[in-house]
Amino acid sequence: MTQVDPMSTVIIKYNSGNVHSVDLALKRLGVQAELTDDPEKIKSADRVIFPGQGEASTAMRYLKERKLDTLIKELKQPFFGVCLGQQLLCEHTEENDTTCLGIFPIKVKKFPAIEKVPHVGWNDLLEMKGPLFEGLTDASFVYYVHSYYVELSEYTIAKTHYMLDFSALLQKDNFWAMQAHPEKSGSVGARILENFLKL
Amino acid sequence: MLTKRIIPCLDIKEGRTVKGVNFVDLRDAGDPVELAAAYALEGADELVFLDITATVENRKTLIELVTKVAATINIPFTVGGGISSVADVSALLAAGADKISINSAAVKRPEVIDEMAAEFGSQCVVVAIDTRYVHGKHLVHTHGGRQATDLDTIQWAKEVADRGAGEILLTSMDHDGTKGGFADELTAEISASLSIPVIASGGAGSMEHFKDVFTKGKADAALAASIFHFKEISIPDLKAYLRTSEISVRI
Repeated sequence: MTQVDPMSTVIIKYNSGNVHSVDLALKRLGVQAELTDDPEKIKSADRVIFPGQGEASTAMRYLKERKLDTLIKELKQPFFGVCLGQQLLCEHTEENDTTCLGIFPIKVKKFPAIEKVPHVGWNDLLEMKGPLFEGLTDASFVYYVHSYYVELSEYTIAKTHYMLDFSALLQKDNFWAMQAHPEKSGSVGARILENFLKL
Repeated sequence: MLTKRIIPCLDIKEGRTVKGVNFVDLRDAGDPVELAAAYALEGADELVFLDITATVENRKTLIELVTKVAATINIPFTVGGGISSVADVSALLAAGADKISINSAAVKRPEVIDEMAAEFGSQCVVVAIDTRYVHGKHLVHTHGGRQATDLDTIQWAKEVADRGAGEILLTSMDHDGTKGGFADELTAEISASLSIPVIASGGAGSMEHFKDVFTKGKADAALAASIFHFKEISIPDLKAYLRTSEISVRI
């Protein structure tokens, strides 16, 4: 494993489920991240990770109450939204008809009830583009648990197929986002996190 | 493509794995953390830890174990055994478990499923159902399969899904320990009638049994204990076999 540069990484602390497991995944990479909702600390960090698990409107309300919504939009350092964190970076989600942060001008939709929903388990990343996938092979599987998906767009840097093709990962400027859980996706997830920290 | 999951189950007693294991390359085969790490490295898709003693005194030991496992492995894991309240779940999730599994407590008071799903989200609530075929009916059993209830297994599966379970872990007590194959027919019936994933358990004895439970049984995942612990089947071999049988697996 290559050494990650010593720099400051924060995980945005909010009412979301997997903050702790993202922190543990970073520790396994030798990175000591700070869990914080302090705007100054978030602004001055070299890297920001925005996890997420749970329901969208509750998460948005929490972010707004602490004015983290406006703060996130102004950030310039590499920023990584994970799982619900990816969905919240989009414009709107069908989950309780919630307006999100709008970094990515695209929509989050509910999976059709053709197959089982949620989409639970390991699925592969297709058409991976860019530095986040350095060192990964075509057969790269990641762990998903979600009922809503981000539609394909010009910002899609990898897709996954479940009933339909959706955005597995997104990128626009300094904002990166991933639907699956890198912290639970074995060596592939660890590599993606490591690549993000090296951006 | 979404893959079928292979899940080894580790029985835990006072913080140690109980079923005999012969992972020769382990320093301490009774150490669940080391065993979990070995399975993750071999390609297990998830792990289940079942606290078979599940007494109040052992809770603290279990929480310590969960904390260590969460720090070590990078695949999802479920913890079950003796969980009955939102507070139990909260402690295990805070320690780093991804999902919890409840069994007897859900039968005793089904509303607990709704409460857990509302508090933590369906994705982390697995309802374990132990079933046995009695007088022409599939009936739910509790207390490790020892106590019969009058609940019809298929009806109960539908109810727990409606109440917000995220997955069902279906164990056939008729097949468990026989090594004669999973309960393919019942698993298929339940899997087809639900919109949540079904993990089949009980009866794994050969690689073909896994193929059957994924094809005939329509299972989304398959769980086994002793055949993995005793290295009768290795996970890489099993996955290679399933792939040649045109079943999608993560390799």
